[in-house]
Amino acid sequence: MREFKGRVVAPGTVSAPALVSHGGLNTLASFQKALQFGDKKATCGDQNNPDLYGKVMKDKALCLPQTIGSTTGGLVLYCACAMDRRPACMLFSKPIDSLAAAGSILASVWLDGVNMPVIDSLGEEFLEFVQDGMMISVGTDGRIIVE
Amino acid sequence: MFLTDEQQAILNGSKGETMAKVMKTLVMYGETFGADKMVPVTSEYNHLVTSFGLKMMGPVFDLMQQLIDGDALSQQKFSVDPRPVDKNVPANFLQNFIFNKIMYTRQESYEQQLKELGLMNEDAFTCACYLDQVGNTPKKGEILSWAESSAVVYANSVLGARCNRNSGIMDIMGSIAGFVPHFGLLTDEGRKATWIVKVDCKKKPEAQLLGSAIGMKVMEDVPFVTGMEKWLGTELNDENRAYLKDFGAATASNGAVGLYHIENLTPEAKELGASLVAPGAKVYIIDDAELERVKNNYPVVWKDKNAQPRLCFIGCPHLSLQQLIDWTEKVEEGLKASGNKQVLIPTVFTTAPAVKKEFEQTEYAARLKATGVILSYICPLMYMNNPLAGKMPVITCSNKLRTYTTARFYSEDDILVKITKGGK
Repeated sequence: MREFKGRVVAPGTVSAPALVSHGGLNTLASFQKALQFGDKKATCGDQNNPDLYGKVMKDKALCLPQTIGSTTGGLVLYCACAMDRRPACMLFSKPIDSLAAAGSILASVWLDGVNMPVIDSLGEEFLEFVQDGMMISVGTDGRIIVE
Repeated sequence: MFLTDEQQAILNGSKGETMAKVMKTLVMYGETFGADKMVPVTSEYNHLVTSFGLKMMGPVFDLMQQLIDGDALSQQKFSVDPRPVDKNVPANFLQNFIFNKIMYTRQESYEQQLKELGLMNEDAFTCACYLDQVGNTPKKGEILSWAESSAVVYANSVLGARCNRNSGIMDIMGSIAGFVPHFGLLTDEGRKATWIVKVDCKKKPEAQLLGSAIGMKVMEDVPFVTGMEKWLGTELNDENRAYLKDFGAATASNGAVGLYHIENLTPEAKELGASLVAPGAKVYIIDDAELERVKNNYPVVWKDKNAQPRLCFIGCPHLSLQQLIDWTEKVEEGLKASGNKQVLIPTVFTTAPAVKKEFEQTEYAARLKATGVILSYICPLMYMNNPLAGKMPVITCSNKLRTYTTARFYSEDDILVKITKGGK
């Protein structure tokens, strides 16, 4: 069991199995197919992301360095939240990028009943330690427990 | 973050619930990035990245309707990225079915929303909104609330305006409120270069390739580029603006660059020189071999790597008028040299509707048509962002299109040979 401390971008508590992307998450490429063609599990469609391609993203604790790619990324993440195809939480090893921040903030302000905690600045060690399937508990103060 | 009395009142609901949510969105966004205050948006026009009525984006259209119903309209007119569909661009029956009956079924209703929110005009659909013909060209020092990455990097770098690399939807929030949070590329400190890029090539590097190499190296940082004076000169003109447009788009898509400085050329580099370079800046030296290395490392994601190309896109970001003229002449010369009358691969040049109209008034329009090249206002990215087009062997000299789709990158010279002379 390891504890990591980051910064709260969007508050909330949740426990979920980890899904780890060691490279940047291309939000549009990852979610587009699932949103467009009715995949309620949000299977990752980004062929350039070997860590996530073909894996279910919904209800997972998505662990990643940052998001990358098109500046439509924020609104794609917003849509994933609105259509209930969102990860359980998003845990960033680096400071959050402007696209992911926009998506999570838009969801927090404009959607009712969306609880997707977002923590950033968890450090490189976090991403080195965590592996797919480990259980992650997110607290309200930016602390997460990985077991 | 410090808020003025007016901003605090809006946040507290003085202008209604919808405007309070708009302000809350911007405040949270600013606080996430350590903004100290809000600053007024000072450009005449905004530019939005979301131009496509994709069915999957229902929640975005619902949000737009909330804004309209709440009378939270843009205080600026705006241009918007290119339309995703053009019947003049080759597509088979199945592709047309998917485009029109599955993917872009909300296009018409979304364009109606854009009009209600403040669209400049019917022709204001382009990623290169800063071209003269389009008329959305910010001035040096103006504060913007844009999101389209290639436009943001151009406005910051070539025009000297100030804009963060925002996400879609966040762009219109700033335009509605009239304020954006003050952080990052809006600050003097955030505009300092943390990389010095020394270009040491024997010949003029191709813009799309040089931008790609720099983007991949510096990612979201600000580069100060030296060694370009012998090719680009020291004064901005149509030719080097077009070069910087393509260069910037590649830095922004292959990395996440929002601002670059070119020594003795771009406005802030001319004004402030080496003082723009932050202490401890890293150094990246680029020569011909480095560019070749970068190009050779691009993955080819076609299933059949030897497939015959079925389509060629040139113009991501959209071509300028001069680029259209230059490409017309190059295609004519290529066809003449190879003894062919028309291009051998279906080829689409893309440009802004307003540029297309002006081009069509020149003698070059008929000449281009005679080569078989199709001229369109489409967004090639949107054309390719579906499973069917993704499986097509498409070639391009755009590094942005290569990055976001399955299109295969070739240099401009190689593309010209392929479309005029043939060969895989």
